[in-house]
Amino acid sequence: MAPVPMEHGLILAAVLFVLGMAGVLMRRNIIFMLLSIEVMLNAAGLAFVVAGSRWGQPDGQIMFIFILTMAAAEVSVGLALAIRFYHMFKTLDTDAANRMRG
Amino acid sequence: MNMLELLWLIPAFPLAGFLILAVVGSRLSRNISALIGVGSVFLSALLAVLLGIDFIRSQSAGHVYSQTLWIWFQTAGLNPGITFYLDSLSIVMMFVVTVVGFLIHLYSAEFMFEEEGFSRFFAYMNLFVGSMLVLVLADNLLLLYLGWEGVGLCSYLLIGFWYKDSANGRAAIKAFVVTRIGDTSLAIGLFLLYNNLGTLQIQPLMRLAAINWLPGSTLAVAAAALILGGAVGKSAQLPLQTWLPDAMAGPTPVSALIHAATMVTAGVYLIARTHILFELAPSVQSAVAVVGAATLLIAGFSALTQWDIKRILAYSTISQIGYMFLALGVGAWSAAIFHFMTHAFFKALLFLGAGVVISALDNEHSIFKMGGLRKELPLTFWTFLIGASSLSALPLITAGFYSKDLILWQTWASRSGSPWLWLAGAAGAFLTSLYTFRMVFLTFFGEKKSQITKKPGLRILIPLVVLGILAAASGFIELPPSLGNLTLFTKFMHDSLPSQVEAAVGPETELTLLIVAGSISLAGILIAYFFFMLRPRYAGRITDTGIGSLLHRYWFSGWGFDRLYDVFIVRPFVWAARINKDDFIDLIYLGMAWYNRLFHRVLSASQTGQIRWYAAVIALGAIAIIALAVLS
Repeated sequence: MAPVPMEHGLILAAVLFVLGMAGVLMRRNIIFMLLSIEVMLNAAGLAFVVAGSRWGQPDGQIMFIFILTMAAAEVSVGLALAIRFYHMFKTLDTDAANRMRG
Repeated sequence: MNMLELLWLIPAFPLAGFLILAVVGSRLSRNISALIGVGSVFLSALLAVLLGIDFIRSQSAGHVYSQTLWIWFQTAGLNPGITFYLDSLSIVMMFVVTVVGFLIHLYSAEFMFEEEGFSRFFAYMNLFVGSMLVLVLADNLLLLYLGWEGVGLCSYLLIGFWYKDSANGRAAIKAFVVTRIGDTSLAIGLFLLYNNLGTLQIQPLMRLAAINWLPGSTLAVAAAALILGGAVGKSAQLPLQTWLPDAMAGPTPVSALIHAATMVTAGVYLIARTHILFELAPSVQSAVAVVGAATLLIAGFSALTQWDIKRILAYSTISQIGYMFLALGVGAWSAAIFHFMTHAFFKALLFLGAGVVISALDNEHSIFKMGGLRKELPLTFWTFLIGASSLSALPLITAGFYSKDLILWQTWASRSGSPWLWLAGAAGAFLTSLYTFRMVFLTFFGEKKSQITKKPGLRILIPLVVLGILAAASGFIELPPSLGNLTLFTKFMHDSLPSQVEAAVGPETELTLLIVAGSISLAGILIAYFFFMLRPRYAGRITDTGIGSLLHRYWFSGWGFDRLYDVFIVRPFVWAARINKDDFIDLIYLGMAWYNRLFHRVLSASQTGQIRWYAAVIALGAIAIIALAVLS
């Protein structure tokens, strides 16, 4: 099986990252924003793995494991915040929390 | 040890009292504040009397004493000392300031006892007495100017003592600004004197002026005119008299001490002190007489129409200082100082009596709402009557008669006097007794109109009685030629104020003038009795006629001077200030403020509070930085 060319992997990672970022910017629901952040993290992880396989080094995959761990931690904190958010505002719409407006 | 070496203690006591009260006054109880405030002035009054006796005993011809404490500062050629100078003129001033000051302090200890800021009041009063003593004892004009400004400051602080009412604050500012005009003139006069004669020490300065300047030379006239400007401002004479009636916004003891007995006569003292300059400038000296004569008439007419007892007394003060200026203007220096002394006694007495009446009637100022207080406040009535008689120069038994008669007689007799000035003075004397007894009859006689709520205590009555005795008896030290010819006061003053008056007319004229002046004063009292006791309706009928009411309103407003200054000075100034508000320099600062506000608006608009907006900005920023890294 011919190896996947690095360019394809990076393009996929970039596409995933842009999709995730678009989700963060466009979604108003805090759960969906957290999901989009996960997508962005995975895109970054994919870029590490592709780069690692290009240079034949394990570092990329090690980095991915770190990212996974961090993502798990981040999700736990994020979900806790989402629950507090819902308690306070009775909604998941982030635009409701705009009290810091200029 | 020489007693006179204690001279420095006299101003030092009140200044120390001021320091104590100013620093820890708010933590002291009222009784202790009063003890410090009254006690410090008592000590200097005691010392002043002892020193005065010592001075008079040891007096030889031309005897003076001066005491240098230290050199104030040294610059090229100018090294004024903190030096006190004692001669007969400053003894009289010092005596009046400390004794009247002490009596008024004692009175205030009871009168102001309930007031908020009791220790602040005594701090200001002590500072005033200290500054006034520095003024009268100063050996050089610079130290005199220090005291001069010190008393001006205290006047400002005490007029605005009840600062919570903004009208009082306005009166204080008015007094401060109007007298400041005179003070500026005085300061320029000092510059002129120093520039031309090279010293500010009064005695050498006078000697140098007499040697270097010819009578009537431009410099002498300019210097005397500038000093006159200062005196006119401080002593509330035409045309700067408008501040004094408004200064009555202060507490009554303040009006008695500062705006009747002592500070407002500082101008008289200044002219007497520099009388050699005025002798060198005859034109200015006759201007002094004319200012005095005009002021005493204008203020007399205004006093006739006031309803506020304190304003009557204020206009009367302006008018009596007009007499002193008249005397100075005809060269009757010691007559002016004599009238200053008697005036200090009887006017302080009248103000203190008015204070008792006002507080007894629960802060009622209108003489038309008083009446019948003769039985209710007997001691106050009798002392007030003595003061009023002295003010109206009731013949033979009052001090005011002797001092005013001396002025009138010398106005007639002096070379620089004239029958016209005498006539103005005599007309003023008639007005004085008329408005004074109008006030007495309306306040103490007739039917009772309001209930009294407060009776004066001992600390109020003692000053009234002492001042009453002084107001009646202090005239006997100087009797006119036709009545005993006793000239203790003039002789005492002769060293510092040699008389310029040469009697060009005989004793018959003197006696005639004496009788005329006496009958004028009695006539004023009788007419007041007719209009305000026998036929109270007549006065109303006169003011109801067209011209009567016009004159009444005109005089009531102080001859429209306030309005005149408002239209021609205050409003143009405010207008100029307003149009100058947006000048070029201001535009720079306004532009800076405008840009600051713009940036503030932009930056605060970027804080939307929406998390998506922040995320987008972070993303855009990251892209921009990466683009920068890639492209460069």
